[in-house]
Order: sequence, then C-alpha cells, then structure tokens
Amino acid sequence: MRDFDYARAGSRSDATARAGAGAQIIAGGTNLLDLMKLEVMAPEAVVDITRLDLHEISVVEGGGLRIGALVTNSDLAAHDVVRRDYALLSRALLSGATGQLRNKATTGGNLLQRTRCFYFYDTAMPCNKRDPGSGCHARDGFNRILAVLGTSDHCIATHPSDMAVALMALGASVEIEDAAGDVRQMPLNDFYRLPGDTPHIETVLEQGDLITAVLLPKPVAGRQIYRKVRDRSSYAFALVSVAAVVRMEDGKIASAALAFGGLAPKPWRNAKVESALTGKVPSDDLFGQAADILLADAVGFGANDFKIPLARRTLRAVLRQATEATQ
Amino acid sequence: MNQHLKMDRPQDDVIGTMAQGVIGTAAPRRDGPVKVTGQARYAAETGTGAEAVGVLVRATITKGRVTGMDSDAVRAMPGVLSVITDKRLLRNPAQGTANAAPVQDPGQVAYFGQPIALVVAETFEQARHAAQGLKVRYAAEEAVTDPFADTTEVERPEAKQTEQGDLDAAMTAAEFSVDSTYTTPAQNSAAMEPHASVAEWDGDRLTLHGSYQMVKYNRNELADSLGIDPANVRIRAPYVGGGFGSKLGIAPEAVAAAIAARDLGRAVRVVMSRPQVFEATMRRSGTRQRVRLAADADGRLTGIGHEARVSNLPDEAFSEPVTMATHFLYAGKNRKYAHEIARVHRTCAGSMRAPGEAVGMLALENAMDELAHAAGIDPVELRLRNIPDVHPENGKDYSSRRFADCLRDGAARFGWSARNPKPGQVRDGEWFIGMGVASAARGNILQESQARVILHADATATVETDMTDIGTGTYTILAQIAAEMLGLPLDSVSVRLGDTDFPPAAGSGGSWGAGSAGSAVFLACQKLRQSLADMLDTDPSELTLRDGTVTSSNTQQSLADLLSEDLTTIGHIEPGETSETMQHAGFGAHFAEVAVNAVTGESRVRRMLGVFSAGRILNEQTARSQCHGGMIFGIGAALTEDMVHDHRDGHIVNHNLAEYHIPVNLDIPQLDVVFLEERDAWANPLQSKGVGELGISGAGAAITNAIYNATGVRVRDYPATLDRVLPGLPDD
Amino acid sequence: MTLKTTLKINGKDRTLDADPRTSLLDALRNHLDLKGTKKGCDHGQCGACTVIVNGRRINACLTLACMHDGDEVTTIEGLGTPEQMSALQDAFVRHDGFQCGYCTAGQICSATAMLDEAKAGWPSHVSASLGDDVSLTDEEISERMSGNLCRCSAYPGIVNAIRDVARGGAR
Ligand SMILES: Cc1cc2nc3c(=O)[nH]c(=O)nc-3n(C[C@H](O)[C@H](O)[C@H](O)COP(=O)(O)OP(=O)(O)OC[C@H]3O[C@@H](n4cnc5c(N)ncnc54)[C@H](O)[C@@H]3O)c2cc1C
Ligand code: SF4
Ligand code: FES
Ligand code: FES
Repeated sequence: MRDFDYARAGSRSDATARAGAGAQIIAGGTNLLDLMKLEVMAPEAVVDITRLDLHEISVVEGGGLRIGALVTNSDLAAHDVVRRDYALLSRALLSGATGQLRNKATTGGNLLQRTRCFYFYDTAMPCNKRDPGSGCHARDGFNRILAVLGTSDHCIATHPSDMAVALMALGASVEIEDAAGDVRQMPLNDFYRLPGDTPHIETVLEQGDLITAVLLPKPVAGRQIYRKVRDRSSYAFALVSVAAVVRMEDGKIASAALAFGGLAPKPWRNAKVESALTGKVPSDDLFGQAADILLADAVGFGANDFKIPLARRTLRAVLRQATEATQ
Repeated sequence: MNQHLKMDRPQDDVIGTMAQGVIGTAAPRRDGPVKVTGQARYAAETGTGAEAVGVLVRATITKGRVTGMDSDAVRAMPGVLSVITDKRLLRNPAQGTANAAPVQDPGQVAYFGQPIALVVAETFEQARHAAQGLKVRYAAEEAVTDPFADTTEVERPEAKQTEQGDLDAAMTAAEFSVDSTYTTPAQNSAAMEPHASVAEWDGDRLTLHGSYQMVKYNRNELADSLGIDPANVRIRAPYVGGGFGSKLGIAPEAVAAAIAARDLGRAVRVVMSRPQVFEATMRRSGTRQRVRLAADADGRLTGIGHEARVSNLPDEAFSEPVTMATHFLYAGKNRKYAHEIARVHRTCAGSMRAPGEAVGMLALENAMDELAHAAGIDPVELRLRNIPDVHPENGKDYSSRRFADCLRDGAARFGWSARNPKPGQVRDGEWFIGMGVASAARGNILQESQARVILHADATATVETDMTDIGTGTYTILAQIAAEMLGLPLDSVSVRLGDTDFPPAAGSGGSWGAGSAGSAVFLACQKLRQSLADMLDTDPSELTLRDGTVTSSNTQQSLADLLSEDLTTIGHIEPGETSETMQHAGFGAHFAEVAVNAVTGESRVRRMLGVFSAGRILNEQTARSQCHGGMIFGIGAALTEDMVHDHRDGHIVNHNLAEYHIPVNLDIPQLDVVFLEERDAWANPLQSKGVGELGISGAGAAITNAIYNATGVRVRDYPATLDRVLPGLPDD
Repeated sequence: MTLKTTLKINGKDRTLDADPRTSLLDALRNHLDLKGTKKGCDHGQCGACTVIVNGRRINACLTLACMHDGDEVTTIEGLGTPEQMSALQDAFVRHDGFQCGYCTAGQICSATAMLDEAKAGWPSHVSASLGDDVSLTDEEISERMSGNLCRCSAYPGIVNAIRDVARGGAR
C-alpha cells in the first residue's frame, strides 16, 4: 500500500471537492483497502466519507425507499420495510460476504466493488482493467468464475455484487452528487458500463461524483426470490445468481423482473427475457424459452462454460418456484 | 537419572493399572484459558514492538535467474533499512525431518512466487510498500509446469515399481473388475496462522520464535542454512497456530529473519502474507491415479493395482506416497504398484496432513465402491470380505486391528441398512440424497523422543520437552500421562513445550507426537515411581499413587511429606524391533450422507460418522477433535479444495482464502466420532496409536461415494464441485 | 506522516500516532500491544481479526485505524481473562471449540456480537422467514459464524459452545 493523504470529509461538498481533485472515496473500506494493500489500486489521497450524514433509510412520499449511501449492508438487510416489501434485497444481502463484512460494507461501496478476477488481483499478471493495454490474462487462463455474457475481447470479468443484482431486479436508481453540487439520478441499469475496449471504466461516474443514495420504487406486488449458487454453502461469491420478482394473475405471468449475477460484467437484466414471459401461462417450455433468450449470446471461455447450463437450470427452477400456485 | 526403552518387545499395559483416573478422560485443554482470552503468544507476537519488519519479495517468473534489482531505489524509501538477497535465503522450504538446509540461493528461480529477497523497514506498512516496489530483472528460461504433459520429464524410482503375481492375468480372469483413473488437485495446508518468525541475536547466539512443528529438526535446518553451529540456535514455539505439515521444516521467512537480524543488529520479524503461504510453503502434490481391482464372483479380490503420478520440483526428494495404505488394507494375490514423479516448476511439494493416504485412499475407496456396484455387493460387505489375515505382501501380523468392527459398528450406528443401493432413488425436495462408506487406514509410527519430568518436593510436577502442541492437545495429554502415573491431580502438573532448550522430542508430524512424546513422559514417570518405591523400600507395583497420596501395603502418607527434594528424570523412547515385526496402523470407517441439488449440482454433507480403532485414546475430547479435523479436511478435499496452477506459467491462481475454499462452518454438520476400545502393546508403552491423520484417510471418498449413490454421477476428478456433477444430472 | 487517533479500547482511551496506512488490526497488534486479535489473511477472508466496534463485529484488517477516531473497540482481551472468562470463553474451553487457538479470538468476538444480532431479530441467509423470531438452530449458528474460518476444523465444538451459551447454559 502506497502512502496517501488521509482526510475525513466534513461535508458532501468537501467530499466531492476532494474526490474531484483525485482523492479516492473510502466508505466501508472492505473492497478498497483489500485492493490498496495489493497495490491493485494506489490512490495518493483518500477521503473518508463515513461521517457524512448518509446513514438513513427513509420511506419517500408516494411509496418507495431512499437508502443512504452509507447504510451498511447489515442495516439494510435487517430494516423492517426492506424485509417486508423488498425481501429480495434482504435475501441478496444476507447471501453475500459475512456478518462481519456486512457490518462494514456500505450501499455505495457495494455497488462499486470491483471484480474478483484472479488476474486483476495479481499485479504480476497482465490485466486490461488494472493496467489498460496490458492484455487480459484471464481469457486463456483459469476463467472458471468469469463472465459468459457482455464480455469483450479486452475483459471477461464479472461484477461480484449480490446486492446490485437484487437492486437491478427491483428497478433501483442511483442518486449522485457531483463536485458542483448538482444532484442527478439514474437507473441502475444505465449506471454500469460494459467493458468494450475500456474495461477500466466500469460506471458512468465522473471524477468527483459521490453516490448519496439508492432509490427504490414503490414495492411491486409479486413473489420475490433471490437464489445464489456457489462453491461453499456460505462465504463465497456467486457462480450464478438469479433475482426475480414475478407477479401472477389468473394463472398467467402478469409481470416478471429478472436480474442475474455471476454471468456478466454488470448485474445483468434483459428486457426480452421478461417480455417473453409476460402474459404467458407458466410451463417448463416457456421457462426454457426464456433461458434460450437470456443465453442466446452467451460465450464460455473453457473453465466457465458450465455457467451457461447452470444459469439455464437455475433460472428455470426460480421461475418454477415463483409461479407455483401455493408457496 | 534416565529411563530408556527401545521398543523391541510388546509392552504390558502399565498406565491402565494406575489409580488417578485421568488418562483417557475428556479433560479440557490445559492451554484453553490462555487461548480463549487471547493471552497465548504466537510467533509473530513475541517481539517487544521494537523489532524491524521484513517482507519477502516474490519471483514473477517461473524459471531463470535474477540478473539485478533496483535495491538502491527501495533503500531510499521511507523507513527502509535493508534489501537482503543473501545466497543463504531459502528457495524451497525444508521437508519434514530434513534436519539439514533445504535448497538455497534465491537468485535462481525455480517456481513462480519463490522468495527472492527480503525488504526490511521500521514498520510493516513501510516494508510492505517497499517490497511491492522492488523492480527485479530476470533472465527467464522455458519452464515445464504441467505434470501430465507428454513432454514432461518423469522419474520412476525403481523401489516404488513393485509387482506381486500377475495383475493383468487377474484382471482378465476376474468375474468383476474396475479400471479407473482419478485425479486429485494440489492443496494447501492453510493453517490459520501464517508462517512467522521473530529472530534475535545475542552475540553469536540466535533465538528464533517460530511457528514450527518439529523444533529439534528445525534448529539443525536453520543452523545449516545459516552456516552456524546448531548449539548456537534456540527455537521457541510454545504455541503454533496450526501446521498440518506445512510447518514441519523451516520455511523461507525463518532464515530471512535470522539473516536480517544479524545484519541489522536488532530483532527482526517476518510474517508471510497469505498469498506467500500458498506460493512459498509446501503444497500437497496433485495426483493422477489408476486403480485396478480384480474380483471373483463373490467379490473377493484377486488383484489390486495402484499406479500414481505425482509432481515436485526437480531437486526435491519428497514425493507424495500415494499407495501407502493400499499395500496393507485389502487382500488380493496379484498386486502392482507404480510411482511416477513429474519434475515441474511449481511450488515445492511436501507433506500435508496424512501424505499418501489423504489422496491415495480417495482413489482406492472410490474404486472399491465401483467394484461393489459392478458386483452387486453391498460396499460394507465387500470391504469385510477383503480384510486379509496377514499383510498381503509381507505376511506380517497386524499389531492391532479392529477394522471389521469399525465397518460393522459404523454401519449399525449410521443406519446403513436403510441405504438404497440403486443410485438416484432418494429425493428430498430439490435434493438427491445418498449414502457412502469408505475405509480409513493410516500407518502408525513411533519416533525417538525424550522428556524431562520433575517431581517437585511440594508434590507438583513439571514436564519439559521440545515437543509442540499445534492444536493436537499435547499440553493436555502429557499432563494427563504424568498425573496418572504420579497420582497427582491434573492441576498439579505443568507442561512446558516447544523450546529446543528442553529435551528433544519427536515433534508434531505423522501422527506420532502423542504416542512418542507421551511414552517419553511415561518412562520418566516410571523411573520416578521407582525412586518413590526405593524410598519406601518396596516395589513400584506395590505403590498406589493417587491425589498426592502414596499408599503401599499398609502405609499411607502424603507425597509431599515423602519428598524432601525435587526429583528429575528424563524418559527416552526409541523405536525398536516391534516396528519391523508387525504391521502398524490405525483403522476406521467413514459413513456419510450427502445431499446433491438436482438443479445446481451443489453437494452438502448432511451427516457423517467416523468409527476408529486407534489403540488407547489418551484424551477422548482432543482425540475426537483431531478426528473432526481430519474428517473436515476430507470434506474440503471432496467438495471444495483445489489449488489451481495457471497452465501457462504454473503460478497459483487462487492463492488466498477467498478463492481457495476451505470448508466454512455451514459446510459442516454435527459429526459423529466413535472410538472402539483397543490396546496396542506393540506400538508403545501407552498402547496408543496416532489419530491426527487417521480421520482424513478415506473421508473424502465416503462423500464422493455418497454423491454417486445420490445421483449416479461418479466424480473421478476431485473436488466434486458443481460443474463436475452437473453434466451427469438429469435435465431438471 | 503520522496521524493521531484516539480509540476507546476495552473501556480505556488509547492514543495512537501512526502511519495512516495502519489497519485497525495492525494498530492493535503492533502499536497497542493487544496481540490477542489475530491476523490470518489481512484481506477479510478468514475472520481471525474480528473485533467489536461500537457494538458491531467487523474485520479489523479491512479498516484503517484512523477512521475509528473516537470509536469504542472491544477485543478478546476485553471480554475476559484466564481467571475470569466470559460465558462464551468458558464454553469454548468446555466444548473444545478450538484446537490450535489461532482463530479463537475472532470466533469468540464474532460469536459475542452475533448473539446480540440474533437478539435484535436480524435474520440470516438460512432463516426460513425474514421475521423477527430468530431461533438459533445449529444451522443458524453455523451460517452466522461462517465468517470465521477454522482450519483445525473445530466447527462442531464451536457450534456446541455457542448453542450452550445462547440457551443460557452453564457458566
Ligand atoms: C472476502 C470477501 C467476501 C465477499 N463476499 C461477497 C459476496 O459474497 N457478495 C457480495 O456482494 N459482496 C461480497 N464482498 C464484497 C463486499 O460486499 C464489498 O467489499 C463491500 O460491499 C464494499 O463496500 P464498502 O463500503 O466497504 O466499499 P469501499 O471499499 O469503501 O469502496 C469500494 C469502492 O466504492 C467507492 N465508493 C464507496 N462509497 C462511495 C460513494 N458513496 N460514492 C462514490 N464512491 C464510493 C470507493 O471509492 C471504492 O472505489 C466480499 C468481500 C470480501 C472481502
Ligand atoms: S478478465 Fe478483465 S479483470 Fe480479468 S484479467 Fe482480463 S482484463 Fe483483467
Ligand atoms: S485477518 Fe482479517 S479477515 Fe483474515
Ligand atoms: S483452532 Fe486452529 S484454526 Fe481454529
């Protein structure tokens, strides 16, 4: 870890000003410090935002929830409204990391955690994300945990978050304050960028931007399911995960929102999969068609080929469960 | 005043006739209170805080030479004291019981991640950053890293290619046969305490606080590496945060700390980072094993073949002894073994918990399961039918063996009869449920060992030996032995361990620690009993010692009254002819119930039972915990542990605990362990056998056999991660 | 450059003047002579470094000491002494909830805070419902303790010890 200037932000504008001048924001620190210790990231200045007033969860007028960027994963998962109306989010959070890490991990930091690609983590290895232009050593290497959708020739990393997958299915937006003090909101789906030929750029955030909150729309009716498939029964990242909000009406699927983890460089959502299901009577055939659409462009790189059939099977099981007549 | 015994003859059970009644009990660990309150000091914690801090630098090529490095730039960094590239630095860690320096000279690179330098600074933060910044130039060479490539150089040591009868003919003539190939991956011991050393010099005398399992050997390895007299080296390791083989021999950080401390004239602490533990301490070799079994119509084995390929660096003598248990476990006239060592540039391979059996038994016991299916014979019954009367290759008797009882007793306790022999029949919701069995066997060894016992005039006792307690329970067991023999309450015995200033013991390895070091304590106490008997003019057998009271014929008095001064003895045990005349081993049977998810292929162990015959159990609780540990290592081996080497440069890809998956709490159900009553007079005077490694032997195979029973999927490449199960599952 | 930080550790104010890079874990071990907290990985992957900060268990390795100015920290040394062990410490000894002892401080700090989380009604990944009625089954204990690796594999004893204390078992 290189030496850095440490400053504790006294206000949002202080934070954005410092970040605008190049300081790296630190919240829970559970991802940033991990990477800084290995010098995968090596900021010269760090701005600590943990004392800012972004710890609140509040119900917004007209329904919906506003989650401060510094709300910890533990508090979010245990929050009464989240447990009642956004069970999917609680479930996703509780499946991630550990009790200790969730006590530190924040909502903003979780969204921005970086890939767990082995080669990204090892500074002796070429990696376009860490060191643009150096090459991607994972592609022809041990890529078992890496992506099958949304990849590029330059990078096949996955986004490791569970929380973000749930938020994607719930239609969340991100609230951002910039260095000028302007606040903007954007759907989570537009927040992340695919790697293309710039895998080091992962989101639309600009230097100086501070995530201040995540906004959830009014709770939607329907069954909410988060299913995470992994190598250990706990304390392991998702190989594949599926978040689903499915509403049934008169024996038909009235609406379906589906998001996927472990498959792509960002929490993956594909509107075509959802529209193929909407208005239909649930059946194994239908679920298979949905999986076909989801995985039409999926490409494995050897060790991660299994993710394609695994995603298919998991999606079908989740849909079966979500559309069952009784719970 | 010494008591020496060479194990040339079987020994009567003496400790069993004592009166104190603490031996064998589940006495809680003596070191418990200091450990649960954070007071026990492990190696890295011994410094005063004034020591300098060293961080090792890794090679980022696979093979070649270091041609230069920008040491000056690093020396100029804040706090940096030194950049050490001394030729004495270790390239490889020392093998267990090496007793001499391992491969040195870090300027020659033999594997990716090899230590090549030590950067020392005032603080850890400074040293870490400086080490990361050290720019190194290399002359890289082509390196072979794949043990299974056609072009890889392979050694076939003659002594390990053995044959008895004609296996090929037996296979042809067999009514039922199996010919399967299995692979097991590289693994890491991953003890929770990373390797750590604090070195301090006083003139020419070096004291090293290290995290080591066998300090009498480690002292010689360290001295030889440094080129100094072992008499000038003291190693202290009173608490060791796990070893599992990885701390048998000294590792690079020890020598580096010693050299740096000498150069700088102050104490130096070097702790390996977790990735360094993966890259630069022992790995368990991956294996490829072909097992052939030939059986007649009744399932009686007529032939066994076990051929293995393992790997190691070109200049290392160790090779994973895969077929160890196969030699003596089952009958069968025709036998064939082959052992190949691929010479590759990967991290040094060495001992990890139960070298040999831990991986060899996975293949053998899977093959037995395959044979049971082929022959339509119950897997427990098949094993029972193939228990030989005597060692099938050399005709020796077994020193003790309740192998059949383990299988029968285990089957009854586990409810084995409820198992549906047809795979894929039992479902619980989304889960397939299956049961599996596997045998356990692990050779039992006695090693030379000494211990000093001081019986103080106030009727307390102190045991001193350089033996270590790496979680094995040594503190407690040695206290129990001394307390039992001397008739003292457990609290009156204190035990001091892990210091080369104490009499040399066997060290913690090969499961021989408790039996060997314990026998030394036993012998010393026997001598003390003799002294007490002499004082009373009687024979030791007439003496009853209990709760600090001495009773002989009609007299009774307190031990404290009898003693006027401290009595000191050294007990000394040596292996003798019994090692040769008998086949020594612990035996057991594992039973597992496993659930396999029909959608995802995820496997979870639901319950597991191990039944063991391991001679006298010295402490019920610590022995059970050792077996738990072994069984859980088996669960890890079966389901999750896989140290992956990149196929291009051999570097360890998942060199951390987030991606090298040792089992977590939720992976483990409550485990049942049963010890059958047994005494082994040929093993040692305590009549005990080792348990630390017996529990891992076969454990993983019981789980993969259960996966087969659950699903019909036979995973022959370990571990059975979901991607290996999935292709065989029905379309769900 | 160094930074001054004041921490309330085990009830006492302690001042630290250290490199800002110093993790809370290294501050405890290398600067404040509180070596009971262990380092197993330094990357949030093992739980050996678990301490309780402002009532919550966290990994001391993945946070900077300077970020905790004014915070209350409880380490294993603050929970009990060999002469006066906490209920959990005592139960770990009785149930053999450890072997080498290296993960143990982290296990016990973690379990101490975990019991409070359960009391507060926090659900876990294995909870059948997200309601408040947490009953600490073995499976619940195991899931909630899965952030603490134990390579000696004392998991059965760890679960037994925690279950014992959770049910108000013998001190
Ligand atoms: C061993 C291990 C296992 C894990 N397992 C899982 C898992 O199974 N599932 C899972 O989802 N996660 C897992 N995690 C990841 C964990 O969830 C993340 O590390 C955590 O959510 C990051 O949050 P943080 O607040 O600590 O972020 P930090 O480390 O503080 O920050 C992360 C990034 O976000 C930026 N940032 C933080 N807050 C803001 C803000 N408000 N505005 C702008 N930028 C900001 C920082 O600059 C930094 O780049 C695991 C982590 C570890 C170490
Ligand atoms: S997949 Fe992406 S993160 Fe991984 S090595 Fe390639 S470029 Fe780097
Ligand atoms: S040392 Fe902090 S989690 Fe391992
Ligand atoms: S007791 Fe050794 S790691 Fe847990």
